[in-house]
Amino acid sequence: MDSGNIIEVKNLTKMFGNFAAVDDISFNVKKGEIFGLLGPNGAGKSTTLRMLSTLSRPTKGAAIIGGFDTVKHDMEVRKLIGIVSEKMIIYNRLTAKENLWFFGSLFNIPKATLNKRIDELLDLVQLTKWKNAQVGTFSTGMRQRMNVVRALLNMPQVLFLDEPTLGLDPQSSVEIRDFVKKLNREQGTTVIITTHMMVDADLLCDRIAIIDHGKIIALDTSTNLKKIISGGDTMIVKLEIANLTPDLVDSIKGLKCADAVTQENSTSLHLIVHGEDAFDNIIDVVRTRNGKITSMANLQPTLEDVFLHITGHEVRDSADQKILMAEGPRRFGGAPNRVR
Amino acid sequence: MTAKTIIQHSYRIAKKDLTELFRNRLGLVLLIVMPLFMMIMVGFIYPSSGTITDLQVGLFNEDSGFNGVFTPSQGFLMGLNTINNQTHMLILTNLNSTAELKDMVQRGQLEGGIVIPSNFSQSIMSGQQGTIIIVSDESNPQISATIQAALTGVFNAMGQQIAIQNVLPLNSTNPLAVVQPYHIQTQGIVSGHPSYFDFIAPGIMAMTVMMSVMTGLPVAISQEKEIGTMDGMMVAPINRLSILLGKTLAQTARGLIQGVIILGLAIGIFGVAIQGNILLVFALLLLGVFSFVGLGIVITSFTKDQETAQMLMMTLMFPMMFLSGVFFPIQQMPWYMQGISKVLPLTYASDALRKVMVLGASIPQISTELIILIVFGIVMIAIALPVFRKMMTR
Repeated sequence: MDSGNIIEVKNLTKMFGNFAAVDDISFNVKKGEIFGLLGPNGAGKSTTLRMLSTLSRPTKGAAIIGGFDTVKHDMEVRKLIGIVSEKMIIYNRLTAKENLWFFGSLFNIPKATLNKRIDELLDLVQLTKWKNAQVGTFSTGMRQRMNVVRALLNMPQVLFLDEPTLGLDPQSSVEIRDFVKKLNREQGTTVIITTHMMVDADLLCDRIAIIDHGKIIALDTSTNLKKIISGGDTMIVKLEIANLTPDLVDSIKGLKCADAVTQENSTSLHLIVHGEDAFDNIIDVVRTRNGKITSMANLQPTLEDVFLHITGHEVRDSADQKILMAEGPRRFGGAPNRVR
Repeated sequence: MTAKTIIQHSYRIAKKDLTELFRNRLGLVLLIVMPLFMMIMVGFIYPSSGTITDLQVGLFNEDSGFNGVFTPSQGFLMGLNTINNQTHMLILTNLNSTAELKDMVQRGQLEGGIVIPSNFSQSIMSGQQGTIIIVSDESNPQISATIQAALTGVFNAMGQQIAIQNVLPLNSTNPLAVVQPYHIQTQGIVSGHPSYFDFIAPGIMAMTVMMSVMTGLPVAISQEKEIGTMDGMMVAPINRLSILLGKTLAQTARGLIQGVIILGLAIGIFGVAIQGNILLVFALLLLGVFSFVGLGIVITSFTKDQETAQMLMMTLMFPMMFLSGVFFPIQQMPWYMQGISKVLPLTYASDALRKVMVLGASIPQISTELIILIVFGIVMIAIALPVFRKMMTR
């Protein structure tokens, strides 16, 4: 094992019937890194995470965490990891303290140590005041903070976060992001985070793997991923036309230089274009059809653009497409969420 | 992973489950109300025979009499009234025609009828048998059978009276011995008169406790899987067995609590007396749980969500309830149904429990049931554990 890598994934595959939810992926994660798995729903992010966290058995391939194989030495792996999933792992009828006490006691942490750690953790997320209140009475943001500290009881070296900001208000999302960053900086915890929120990935992750249809299609830092666009002759253009018609949109889509055209609202288009004469071509086609351009701006590429550029479809399109596909191979009585 | 840590972990899981249970107020209330309803409904819906009173019965006397003097049909009616005044079994309504009787039965105003034909007195006076017709409502076989039995009883008693009158001149010391030479006397094994509640209480106890593991376990586990908390236990470095054991412990405790409630209700409200050893009663309940755990685990492994688990529970519970002799004696079922009944462990658990509670049996008398329950439990667990292991590491 390379001393710098805390996670090594080799040819990891998960089949559900004939459907490959995760299709032969390989990557390494360095110790102390924040690593993002970015992709639409159903791309295979959560399934990958479940295999890494010993909750699901790979069909093929292997994952090594901290030197231990996730299948052969699952108990050792479990001591090293913590998971925060989209479904909150807390019991509503237990108090904050009882919840932490229950999960902590499963790790055989000595009583005194555990008590101290629970107090510290509750303090860390400002829930000390409510430690004896049942979690069911908490707000979603409070419950998610509970959910995060629950995963830290065993002081994990690797923390898995599965869509941690899903369903949270913007402020709670910021809190969780800041908390993860702080944890990573102060404790050196390696973090693997899955998300379909480009912002999360952009703001948090040292490196990002873009995953679609079970395959990693790009893996690099956010800056380098964006260079795929800005480094070449590809540009992101925001175009506002006062009298935008579906006809006009179609003509712009028909341009050779236009790689992707997305209509944002009734007057505004988001374009990915290439070539030196792209601007001229666009202006020409709009003018010949009597379109009135009110604004045209060259934007900095976002991860969304990168995703669009590489896959040729939007994050959301892909999600819908995938859910349809996922329903096919589901086995008798199988929970739909397993197919992700 | 030593056995000690496995047990420690399962104890913590059980404690967590029970804490949740006790904080669920409505759930707690239902825990008591459910068995109470079951006892009341089953106990009163199928009462022991002899308690039926006030059946609405029509009476049509077509008999024209014999020479206008005192007629046997009047004598018959007087006798019927005398007996009815004691038992209050019937409420008699006088009618004017068979058609009216039919009409009222069809309307549901009467549950049956008695018709005395026109030649009744004539037949009796001329030394023939007097015929009385019982009209029954075939749409309700249970009531119909009850009326027939009740009226037959009344007529037999009256016939007996007449016969005694007739043989009296023969100067016999005991005229009844001539008319009815055999006298039948029923004697139970224990003193007192066990009611239907004595019959169903052990069955309901056995059923509730055993169902709690068979159905409670799948529901409890699939619920945690569904809300996602199961993952929290699964990523902890604990043996899978601890989760299973902990959940089973909690469900067993819940079942036993319900069992005690039923026992309390049976003794306190329904006057059930326990003839055997109370410790043996609890030992039997625990053994019942043991024999059902394996089945519960197998069901758990096949149900992925709570809804399926609930449905499966209902599907299994109904045949079990009716085929295990909890509510009805299995002897009254056709042979193939009895065959199914004989492979259900609940049959043996409720049988053994009944023997102990009602008949005061001790271990030697229920050894067959004990052996069957133990063997069934071991075999099911042997099947269940590999299935469960496979399910957990999908």
